[in-house]
Amino acid sequence: MNWGSWQNFFAMGGYGLYVWGSYAVTLAVLAAEIVELVMRRRGVIGRLAKFYAARRRNDETEA
Amino acid sequence: MSKSQRFSWFLFSSPQSFYPLAGTLQPWFAALAFFLCAVGLYISFFVAPTDAQQGESYRIIFIHVPAAWMSMFLYLVMGFWSGVGLVLNTRLSSMVATALAPTGALFTFIALWTGALWGKPTWGTWWVWDARLTSELILLFLYIGFMALQAAIDDPRRADKAGAVLALVGVVNIPIIYFSVQWWSTLHQGASVSMKSAPTMAATMLLGMLIMALGFWMYSIAATLARVRCVILERERHTDWVAAQIGGQS
Repeated sequence: MNWGSWQNFFAMGGYGLYVWGSYAVTLAVLAAEIVELVMRRRGVIGRLAKFYAARRRNDETEA
Repeated sequence: MSKSQRFSWFLFSSPQSFYPLAGTLQPWFAALAFFLCAVGLYISFFVAPTDAQQGESYRIIFIHVPAAWMSMFLYLVMGFWSGVGLVLNTRLSSMVATALAPTGALFTFIALWTGALWGKPTWGTWWVWDARLTSELILLFLYIGFMALQAAIDDPRRADKAGAVLALVGVVNIPIIYFSVQWWSTLHQGASVSMKSAPTMAATMLLGMLIMALGFWMYSIAATLARVRCVILERERHTDWVAAQIGGQS
């Protein structure tokens, strides 16, 4: 498929809004999921590290 | 069955042994997803020809059909692991089901969204309440219902069971979605790919669509593995191995 120019490519034969609207939202949704997964992992590890640190301090004061 | 065979079958059924395995496999599936989607997009935009009837608007098919396939397939996988968790009482199966739901819901949303953007230039409307579109919308509600139900129940084991019942009841919707275009007269076109007949679309179009579908499949595995690792850490936080994993040996 030879588009000739970038202008033609972005125009998508007059269907640019629909084609790029589909691809942009798909990309945004998947990117958001990846960011959410990275943040969730950091959040879980951060929370658990605090939890174990607090538990360790607690054990030390009790001992 | 010998003892060693049984051992290997259940080797990765414990969260403790699956956690590092998922961590090892996840980047490979992510890389594979990226590579397949890059190749798929190249074919979709630079190899596949213009459609004789629909012009360039048909290029939405390269994400619409793979996303719709994944939305149904991930639900079946979620239902399967929910069922295994319910019957065998294996915690990891239920955790995998929990981890699958958000990705399944996202692909359902993508299928609906791209469908609307394809429907407008092709049918002249964003949405119709026909069998295919309505049953796919119900699928989105099933995913959201599954996540909401599990989030509403504090005890994770009870949340697993309640979610599993909902997931299994909802499985009946999958054949309804798939066969809706045959059972009812709908605006939606028939299946794009059939096992029974030769493909009706150009070979490069079909190839682009199949590679994108593979890419979405690998993405789903990568996302689910990443999420199940978070779920395992959260739910197994009272175990010594998670404490050791995080670095707070106690």
